[in-house]
Amino acid sequence: MVFKLDTESMQSEPQAGQEARPQPGSEASPQQTSSPTSQATGVRNWRRLAMQRELIVLLAMVLFNLIFTPHFWSLQTFNVNLTQVVTIVIVGIGMTLVVATGGIDLSVGASMAISGALAPMLFLNIPGPGGIALAFVLPVLAAALCGVFNGLLVTRLAVQPIVATLVLFIAGRGIAQVVTDGSLQAFNTPAFQWIALGKVAGVPFQVLLMLALVVAFAWVVRKTLFGQYLLITGGNEKAAYLSGVPTASVKLIAYTLCAALAGLAGLISISVNSSSDANVVGLGIELDAIAAVAVGGTALTGGKAFIGGTLVGALIIQLLRYTLLAHGIPDAAALVVKAGIIVAAVYVQRRSR
Amino acid sequence: MTQSGMHTPHSPQPSQSPATRPLLLEMQDIGISFGGVPALRGANLSVAAGEVHALIGQNGAGKSTMIKILTGAYRRGSGSVRFEGREVDFRTPKQAREAGISTIYQEINLVPFRSVAENIFLGREPRRFGLIDWRTVQHRAAALLDSFGLHIDVKKPVGRYSTAIQQMVALARAVSSDAKMVIMDESTSSLDEREVELLFTVVRKLRDDGRAVIFVSHRLDELYALCDRVTVMRDGQTVAQSTMAEMDKLQLVTTMLGRTLAAVVHDDPAAREANLARRGKQAIAARDLGAHPKVSDVSLEVHAGEAVGLAGLLGSGRTETMRLMFGADPLERGSVSIDGATVTLKSPQDAIARGLAYLTEDRKAEGIVPELSVRDNLTLVCLRTLTRNGIVDVKKQQAIVDRFIASLGIKLRSADQPIRELSGGNQQKVLLARWLAAEPSLLLLDEPTRGIDVGAKADVAKIVRELRDAGLAVLMSASELEELTAVADRAVVIRDGRTVAELNGAEMSESAIMDAIAYGGDSSSQLAEAAQSASAAHIEDALEGDRHGV
Repeated sequence: MVFKLDTESMQSEPQAGQEARPQPGSEASPQQTSSPTSQATGVRNWRRLAMQRELIVLLAMVLFNLIFTPHFWSLQTFNVNLTQVVTIVIVGIGMTLVVATGGIDLSVGASMAISGALAPMLFLNIPGPGGIALAFVLPVLAAALCGVFNGLLVTRLAVQPIVATLVLFIAGRGIAQVVTDGSLQAFNTPAFQWIALGKVAGVPFQVLLMLALVVAFAWVVRKTLFGQYLLITGGNEKAAYLSGVPTASVKLIAYTLCAALAGLAGLISISVNSSSDANVVGLGIELDAIAAVAVGGTALTGGKAFIGGTLVGALIIQLLRYTLLAHGIPDAAALVVKAGIIVAAVYVQRRSR
Repeated sequence: MTQSGMHTPHSPQPSQSPATRPLLLEMQDIGISFGGVPALRGANLSVAAGEVHALIGQNGAGKSTMIKILTGAYRRGSGSVRFEGREVDFRTPKQAREAGISTIYQEINLVPFRSVAENIFLGREPRRFGLIDWRTVQHRAAALLDSFGLHIDVKKPVGRYSTAIQQMVALARAVSSDAKMVIMDESTSSLDEREVELLFTVVRKLRDDGRAVIFVSHRLDELYALCDRVTVMRDGQTVAQSTMAEMDKLQLVTTMLGRTLAAVVHDDPAAREANLARRGKQAIAARDLGAHPKVSDVSLEVHAGEAVGLAGLLGSGRTETMRLMFGADPLERGSVSIDGATVTLKSPQDAIARGLAYLTEDRKAEGIVPELSVRDNLTLVCLRTLTRNGIVDVKKQQAIVDRFIASLGIKLRSADQPIRELSGGNQQKVLLARWLAAEPSLLLLDEPTRGIDVGAKADVAKIVRELRDAGLAVLMSASELEELTAVADRAVVIRDGRTVAELNGAEMSESAIMDAIAYGGDSSSQLAEAAQSASAAHIEDALEGDRHGV
């Protein structure tokens, strides 16, 4: 060391102080840091395993079905399972972003309902391709506005996310019903419904859209400044703020994207059903999305965002439901099993930390 | 072992009044280890009934550990604890509470939305026919607070009242539960002078009732104003037990910091003077900074090419001063100017844009993003400059990471490793690199050497000197004075949120700093003391005169 130490006492005394320092209250105990290498490799392997764990579970379930479920190996089954999972995954992507900031968004179902209520009003009343185009754009923007509202509550007023988004969780569906007078809007507009019913090379377009969104957002999280800021904000908000990260904007964007994606999911949902009922669109999806995020390995405490994990998580939940139904187990029981899976996922997450 | 003499129950301390009183608490030879690392080794604490006992020491000296053992939060590894003459071993805080030991923490453990009265009797509500007798609760609470000289509406939620009153409500709770001993852990740190005085009146009343109070504080003046005896801890050991009267402030500071005046080694004052002579323009100046409650009047300036040490005891407002200068907290009074122009820093972002960097004291809570990789942590601040169209340029990022890992000698397995796996010293280097990568012109370093090993400390000190020589302006705080004097060219000493001294070049030494911490430029309190004794003498004289006159 080039740096000269003044006295012997400096050599010995601070060292002694050093060892006495770690207060047991703080978790930074020296034995954690003393042998970083050996522990590090362990943790790393664990993590790699953790990323694969969900995939292994999914593959095991596919295998189980291939053996025990009749007619499982068919394009139809494949498509049914995927199309049922599309809205959950799309909403789940946005939820992953919000959860990564350490927040949660309960209002996604309501955003879906608002977007789903607006779209038919546009394409049923404005003729021609202009109406269809507007029906894709405006509802999603309206949903995004809901996200801005959530984001402002969380950042400006520092309302806890669960409470902030509860506002629209309650009011959003009400707004959708007021807009539609509470009536069910039935329609048959193939040009609009192509988003859900169209097929490209035998694969439903909505599935392709979902996969494209997963890839795009996985890339955003890994490669862009926003993605990095998202993980930093969720990982240690104080440090992020003191390092000049615009934490408020980052959160605002996350909530806005989440709501916009929910709006898009709303369009798909009404297209599948050829009708829009503000009472039903997106009902309960927030729980499915959160479950998919949790099962997919994203910590609900923030700082992590596994978009691919959310896809896998949603598929696991969907496949579980399918398997139980295919084997004649009633839906009520399936719900309990679903809850069990979530508990297991969270437990495993805790263990691996 | 210097304190071997203390092993006898009645230590060879001057047999002042406390020795004549029975000892309420005797903790002897306490030892405890965490994960093989001893936190306490032969620590002693004895407190008599009817005294206010100061327990002091630097961060990590073992005060809190000692208190936690006493209150049953931790179990001791060795030694004995006698309370009221009986050997005790509290396994839970509840047992300690039931035995009559009550603790009032810095963060007050009251229920803010419940009324004052409810809080005082929480869990011990008087009942009538199985129901809580609210009238009695309110009556007794009001009577109790009246006896403290505190006349407030006990039906209002406790959260509506000031911190000082909340502290007193907490004290009232302790008293009403017949606590024989009250532990006050940094109770005054968020109070202003008037509130402190109010609180002290109550504490004195408790003492006069025959209760014992253990008082933990870093404010020396308060200790002298309130306490009868003192126990000083350092490095997990008890290094001194004495009456307050027999230990002057300077002795207290030197004992606490573990530096006898004789042992203080001077650095090279000539080199410092030379450095100061060739320093550049003023980089930042803080004038009359103030923000309630920690900073009341701090002024300092830092020039390019000099390292200024910000000295002061824990709780003196060092961190708060730096946060104000960095725009992390809103400024209530005073101004900050950078390169001669007054600036308004609304957020750290503003400060960073003006070339400031702020290494936080609390590495874990405000520094590292534990789950992220070393790479992501290191480039956190400069990330914005590494992007093109919002996409991070991974090659540039890696180049910066490699450069700093090499130049600062950061030891790690891979840049992909989560930062939490690194040792404290290496984490600190990554955080330092995080700021250096943003190419700042002014560094605010809050305890950069805290909690890292000796080798890393020396490394950090060397880096800081090199940065200063490269023309950066550096403001650095450190609790360990030798670390401060090893790096700084001059020192600014603050106490209770005020600048009390500025020691330049050759003037600066550990002893001079300690002197300033103890008495430093604080003419006010010394004068006040002098004035007080003078007036007392005056009155006595006058009385004498009267008597003679009659």
